Parts: sequence; C-alpha cells; structure tokens
Amino acid sequence: MSHFLLPVAAFGSGGAGRPGRGRAGDTGRSGGAASGTGGAGRAGEPGGAGEPGGAGGPGDPGRTGGTGGSRPAPLPAVRLPRRRGVELSLLAVAVLISVYGYVAVGLAKHGAVPRGAGGYGAALAVLAVLAHLAVRWRAPYADPLLLPIAVLLNGLGLVLIYRLDLETPGNPAAPTQMVWSALGVGLFVAVVVLLRDHRTLARYGYVSMAAALVLMAVPIFFPAINGARIWIRLGPLSFQPGEFAKILLAVFFAAYLAANRHALAYTERTLFGRLQLPTGRVLGPILVVWTLSIGVLVLETDLGTSLLFFGVFVVMLYVATGRTGWIVIGLLLAAAGAYGVSTVETHVHSRIDNWLHPFASIAAGQGAGQLAQSLFAFGAGGLLGTGLGRGHSILIGFAVKSDFILATAGEELGLTGLLVLFLLYALLVERGYRAGLAVRDSFGRLLAVGLASILALQVFVIAGGVMDLIPLTGMAMPFLAQGGSSVVTNWIIIALLIRLSDSARRPRPLTAETGEIATVRPVEDDER
Amino acid sequence: MIRYIRHAAVLCLLMLVALLVNATRVQVVNSDSYAANPANRRTVLLRYGQPRGNVYAGATAVTGSKDTGGSLRYQRTYPNGPLYAPVTGYASQTYGSTLLENAADGILSGTDPRLAAFPLWNAIAREQNPGGQVRSTILPAAQQAAFSGLGGSKGAVAAVEPATGRILALVSSPSYDPGSFAGTSRSDVAAWQRLTSSADQPLLNRAIRQTYPPGSAFKVVTAAAGLDSGRITDINAATTSPDPYPLPNTATQLTNEAGGCANATLLYAFQVSCNTVFAELGDDVGLSRMVSTAQAFGFNDKNLGIPSRVSESVFDTDMNAAQLALSSIGQYDTRATPLQMAMVAAAVADGGQVMRPYLIDRETRANGSAVAVTRPKALRRAMSSHTASLLQQMMVNVVTQGTGTNARIPGVDVGGKTGTAQHGVGNAGTPYAWFISWARPKGSGTAPVAVAVVVEDAAANRADISGGGNAAPIAQAVMRAVLGL
Repeated sequence: MSHFLLPVAAFGSGGAGRPGRGRAGDTGRSGGAASGTGGAGRAGEPGGAGEPGGAGGPGDPGRTGGTGGSRPAPLPAVRLPRRRGVELSLLAVAVLISVYGYVAVGLAKHGAVPRGAGGYGAALAVLAVLAHLAVRWRAPYADPLLLPIAVLLNGLGLVLIYRLDLETPGNPAAPTQMVWSALGVGLFVAVVVLLRDHRTLARYGYVSMAAALVLMAVPIFFPAINGARIWIRLGPLSFQPGEFAKILLAVFFAAYLAANRHALAYTERTLFGRLQLPTGRVLGPILVVWTLSIGVLVLETDLGTSLLFFGVFVVMLYVATGRTGWIVIGLLLAAAGAYGVSTVETHVHSRIDNWLHPFASIAAGQGAGQLAQSLFAFGAGGLLGTGLGRGHSILIGFAVKSDFILATAGEELGLTGLLVLFLLYALLVERGYRAGLAVRDSFGRLLAVGLASILALQVFVIAGGVMDLIPLTGMAMPFLAQGGSSVVTNWIIIALLIRLSDSARRPRPLTAETGEIATVRPVEDDER
Repeated sequence: MIRYIRHAAVLCLLMLVALLVNATRVQVVNSDSYAANPANRRTVLLRYGQPRGNVYAGATAVTGSKDTGGSLRYQRTYPNGPLYAPVTGYASQTYGSTLLENAADGILSGTDPRLAAFPLWNAIAREQNPGGQVRSTILPAAQQAAFSGLGGSKGAVAAVEPATGRILALVSSPSYDPGSFAGTSRSDVAAWQRLTSSADQPLLNRAIRQTYPPGSAFKVVTAAAGLDSGRITDINAATTSPDPYPLPNTATQLTNEAGGCANATLLYAFQVSCNTVFAELGDDVGLSRMVSTAQAFGFNDKNLGIPSRVSESVFDTDMNAAQLALSSIGQYDTRATPLQMAMVAAAVADGGQVMRPYLIDRETRANGSAVAVTRPKALRRAMSSHTASLLQQMMVNVVTQGTGTNARIPGVDVGGKTGTAQHGVGNAGTPYAWFISWARPKGSGTAPVAVAVVVEDAAANRADISGGGNAAPIAQAVMRAVLGL
C-alpha cells in the first residue's frame, strides 16, 4: 500500500509549493501559513499529475477577479480536470470483468454461457451508468476511482453469490442481492443528488445519534437469529438496522468531535513524557460510547458491530485531537470489555477458543468446524486458485454466501485474487482518506476518515476472522457478501465519500477580494 | 489534523499488511497441511469426482467404475471380484485401498504428476488428469485355473515366469468381492463387517501376506546348499545318513514316511522326500551356509514388494544343530510365503538366477501411452547354474517317479517338489500341503512357468492331506494354462 501513500505524501508538499507559482508576492507575504498544513486544502488540484489544462485566460469566470489588484502578472487560468471520462472507462472495465466472471462460472459448471449473463451484465451496466450520470451531474469533481471500485466489488460479489447459488438449488440469493444492489445504487443517486453540501449533515449530529440508538435498540425486541439479535424480520424481508446505524454514528461522531475537539485535546497530565492523558472531565464521551458498544455486545451478542463502533470512534477521536492517550485508553477499555464479556458470554468465549484452536473439533472427532472449513477452502485455493466454479467452499455450509464469502474468493481466485480484492478495498479506503485530507472543514475531514475507517475495519475484522487472524465475528464483507442492509449501507458510504471528494476537489469560487485569502483560509478553517 | 489522518492511514496500512501476510500463511505456507487434514473432504471429492482408471489382466479390465450420482460420484466395481481380489485388492470409499489399488493409486486416481501431458502443466491449470490404466502381469487363464483348482478351500497359489519374475497368477482362497464394500452405504458397512469378522479371514492375501512352514518343499533349498557347498558332488552317490536320524545333542529320533532312506542317494532322498537325509545334510552344511543360501533365494528379505509389500519369509539365523536340522526340512520356525516358494522353483528353472517378482507390467495414461514400464531385474544368484541343472534333474525325477506324479503333463518336462508341513503345538494342526514346480516344453531351453501351491484345508481328513495329492493337481492345472495345453 505504500505506493498509495506516496501520492498522499506528495500531496502535502505539492500544496505547499503551489502558491509559489506565479504568485511570488504572495509567498513572501503569507510565508509560514501557506507552507504549513494549510496547503493541503488545495493540494488536490495541482496534484492532478501536472494537468494545468488549456489556457482559459480571462474567460475563466472564477479567476477574472484575480488578475486585478497588485499582482505583477495575470494568473494562468487553470481548468481543473474532472476525470468523468476516466470514471466512465473504469466503470466499463468493472462491468466487463464482472460479466466475464459470471460467464466463467457458467462455463465451469455447465460448459455453457449462463442464460442470465446478458441480463446480469445489462443490469449492472444500467446501475453503473445511472450512478455515473448522478455523479456527473451533481458531483463533477468527485474522485473518479470510488464509483468504479464499488461497482467492481458489487459485481464480483454478485458473481460469487451466483456461483454459490449453483450449489444450493432452490435457494437462490443472487436475484435478491441484485435487487438490494439496485436499491443501494438508488440511494447512492439520491444522496449524491439531494445532498448538495455535506456540511448540512453536521447540523443533524444529535438527531443522527438518536436515530442510531433507536435502530440499534429495535432488534433487541425481535427474536435472535443464529445467536445474534441484530435482525428485524418483517415477513420475507429481514434487515440489520445496525448497518445503517454505522453511518449515523459516523455522522454524529464527526459532528460532535468537530465541535468539541479543542476541549477534548486539552491535557493536563503526561505519562512517560510523551503520552498525554486527557482530563477526567472529557473522558465522558468515550465512556458513553464504550458503554454503548458493550451494551450492543451483551444485548445483541454482536461482537463485530461492537468492535467496529468502538474502533471507528477511537480512530476519529484520535484524528480530532491527536492525543495518543485516547488510543491507549481506548485499547485498554476494549481489552477490559472484551475480557469481561468473554468470561460471561459463552457465545464470545467459544469464538476465542475457536480462533486459538480452529481444528479442535477435528481432534475431538466431531469433524471440521466452520472456521476449519474456511481455512481448508483458502488453503485449497493456493497461489492461483481453482478457478471460478471449481472449488468446494460450499462445505463451509451456513453463512457461506455472507460472512464466509471471502473463502469462496480465496479458493477459486487464489491468493492472487484475494490480493486484488484486498488492494481494491485498500484503494477505496485510501481514496476516502485522501478526501479527508483534501476537504476543507473539520466535520468533512472527520466524516471522510470515519467512513473510510468503517470500510477498513469491516474488511479487517471479517477477513481476519475467516482467515483465523483474529477471533471470528459475524460481519459482512463490504459489497461482496450477501446481505441487503450491508450493500445498501455501503452504497450510501460511497455516495458520501463521492460528495466529500467532490467538495474537496471543487475549485472554490474566488473573488477579487478573497483571492489571496483563499490560500490562507484552510488554515483558519482547520483551527476553528 | 492532517498529521493524525496520516497516522490513521498508517494504521490501515498495517491492517492491510497483516491481512496479506496472514493470507500468505493460510494459502501458501499451510496449504499442504490443510489439504492433508483428514477432515478436509476436498481430497475425496476430487478423487471420486472422476472414474478411476482400470486394472487389466491381459486384455481384460478386471475393474470398473459406476456413477452413483452422490457427492462421492464414482464408485469402484469389480466384474469378477473374488477371482482378482488378491491382485487388485480393494478401493473403497469407506475403507481405503490395498494391493494394486493402493500401490498404483496415483495412476488410477489421476493424481500422479507423470500423467500430465506436459510437466508442471497441472500445477498451473489445476486440471485433474483422467485416471490412468494399470496393466498387470496376470495371465487370466492361469489365474482362473488356480482359482478353480483351489475351489474355495483355504490356500493360495503363486505362479511366476522364471526368466523375468512376472507374476502370472496370484490367488488366495477363500476370496471376497471387493465391490461389496466399495461404497459408503449401509450394505457396504455390513459386508465389510462380515468379511473382517469371518474366521476364514477372506481379506487376507495368503499368497503374499501369509507365511507357512514350507515342509519338504524347502528341501530344494537344502539340496542347493549341499550341492553348491560341495558337500555333495554326485546326486547318485550314497550319502552317509542313518535312519532314524538322531537330532544332534538330543534324544529325539527323526523318522521318514518313506522307506530306503538310510544312506540313500540325494536323488532318491529327494524323490521320496527323506527327512533324515536332508536334516543330516543341513547340519552338515552348517548354519552360515544354509542361511546364506536361503537368503539368496529370498528368505529374510523385509523389503520385497511387487510393488505391494510381501511378508518376510523366515529362515532363522540363530539356531543350534538340532534346530538347524529341523529347519533344513522346512520345519522348526522356517516359514515362507507361497510367492517365496514360487521364487524357489523359478530359481531352479532359471539356472539359479532369482528374478524380482512383479505384478505391474506397465502403467499408462488414459489414452494408453506408457507412463512407466517395469523391466525384469535380477535380484541374486541362488546357486550355480550347474547346481541348478542337477536340481532340475532331481525335481523332474520327483514328478516322473516320485511323490509328485500328479503334476505330470505329457510332452512337457515338469519338475516339482511336494511338501506336507506339520504345524501347531505338538504338530497337532492339520498339515499344510505344498507343491512347488516348474514346467518346460520338451526341447525348449526355458521354462515359462514356476508355481507354488499351498492347501491348508482344515475340513479334509488329516491323513489325506499331502502335497502330491492335494496341491500337485492344482499346480498342474496352472502350468497347463500357462503353456496353453
């Protein structure tokens, strides 16, 4: 991933150097302020690999004012690249790869192109084009990678689910997942079109929190499914409200932290000279969230969601305050909570046992457990995989299409395919973080980091779980796994990241009066 | 805040690295051990996902496969199960495999990398080769003759081609149908339990996995040692051997069934099977010479495989004079498999050379192109060719006018030796009837077949059990089948 970070690193310094170009007077004046963190706010534009575009000259309405005043030379007019064409080409590639996978499954299983291949490809293409048009219309400066990666992951997820459907005749999941994906894209379009400015969301911080709490509390009153109370079942439909709560909580955290981060950053004690401990008074919020997570864990026996909420909160808290003390406290609280609950809850305890000894059930003569079967599937994939449709990951049994979907990818696409998937997720997260770096307001930054971290932690927790790196907790692999609530939620996350990246890369309207302030402004914004 | 976002990004990077390292651990480092885990059903699903290659005897496939439609899709069938069970063994979805099914499993199941048309191609394409074929050395006519000859009574037959070591017949009786427990159904389990709990031990391959006291048939080895060591130079000269013969340093007197054994010539002693002459000869030759000759014939060889393991035939290396005398007539703790005794007869027929016995002629791909062809291999020289020619005379003499007249075939030189082995505490067990022989068409320089037959039928009257009476006719039938008479 280091090469993903390189642009990020280059990005800060590029921003710092930028003002020097054609603005010699400026640099001399604003000096330190411009070369500090403030440059990052604008860095994305020139960072676009030296594409200054055509000479718009005085025709550029945003820049005309800048030519006046005391400047020695007129500004070179820059037409910012929007990269919508790149996005469209990448979308075409994503759809083609997905259709190829779909056809490959059919060829491997039945020796013929599956009948639904055309429909599947057309549906995916229509969704991709709709999403693309929405972005082109309302978020033209958005990061061109976010949407294609999401479409590719969603398309591959559908392929994997369809592939597993062939092993479970009479219980197809792919058509339902396709409908949920369409709904997800619909919500994506709605968010991109209706949410014109992400800062609107900051106003609804506490409302979001309340809604999240309600969503999380509701399943407690519904019967547990497979040991976890996280589902609401209404007739044939079942969904996990906790999935939506993720976004709402990220919005709340971002709003709360953006508003209170200076108070939270205040420290009075230090440990070992470097480690700064927050004051007792501001420990309040973290304790509240911790209690909430433990509550989720105990009442819903949902280890994964609990871990995710807490992890995201700690990351956002650290980003807001820069206090390593928060991290230490967070880890200690998590460890204490996990230990405490694991001694009480057999559900959690058995997960840990299983993690440490995945083959214990074989030694005990009870055959391979789910985790052992998952490891067998990954192992069978080896370096290159068996090829789509040629594995036996169905042996995992229950949840093979949802929590364990990665095992099918691992077996049939091999380490190579898994590497590609992990890098796609890494790229998605990196683009989220990049939007966080580039966006100008604190709320936007925290929201971008929070949403990207949700994706990152989710991938880590479930991928690490099914591959015996960490204790297994039920969670959906973003976009890949079967699960309507999950795919819809992830599409909303992508929509928000699109909105954030658009606002980060969109040229700000400059006027003659504010022309020079623009360089300084992000610093102010950041410190506000 | 920028700095802290970068720190958080580094955390994500660390998580990615952890996932990638772990993925390599699971998918590359541990891959083989996961595949070898008995609880991992992938191996069996793959194994039974395609029809297993067949074993052939001559031009006939003696195995088959049927599509069960279940998750373990193809199941083994045996068109003539009991006849070829001692050759093929079994390949059961429940109980594993034995003998050829086991020894050539890689070829038959398609996992052997040599089956690939191009090296390393399978590792890349992840294709499973179709199961290859195993061409056995078995001659169906000889196998059938041996099987019918035993007629279900307990015993075994092994026949080899002396010049090459090709195994022409390998029969163990009573036999079993390996197809009866090839699958996973309840009836398969019941059949298996019935067979494993049977007192007759039908699953035991008596031809290569059971050792018997060879009795008088072992006198071929003793005679070879006596002639090769120079103790006896003329088979027509009188020996100095008392009748009865007092076992050295004991009060036990060894007697004979036949008369005229006192100071008999070696030829006559061999013809009527004098115990006294050969016990005395063994003692005279001495332990070390007897042991080295026996080992040259193949005794005390733990590593013989055809390629399935053959039980070790034993000639004790640490005995006193009385024990050596008894061992020299195939008693005491001397024990031999029927295949070993066939090798003894073959060594005589082949001028003293012992060839490595083998059951697989060649292994081929599904399309018939050869993967491996077995070449005959000389193991050891058991005796000089002069000694071998003298022994051939003696063995022919047994069939023309001695104890083995039942094995005579018109127009064919047949050499043989009977044996009736005592066993059990105080020799209370029903004796085992042995006959070892070879056959050579008159005027021909080579013998195409050597055979060993053992019959251990407890149902027969003890007095009626004899090598010449029970075993020789079976040997004759097998030799006839090989000669095409």
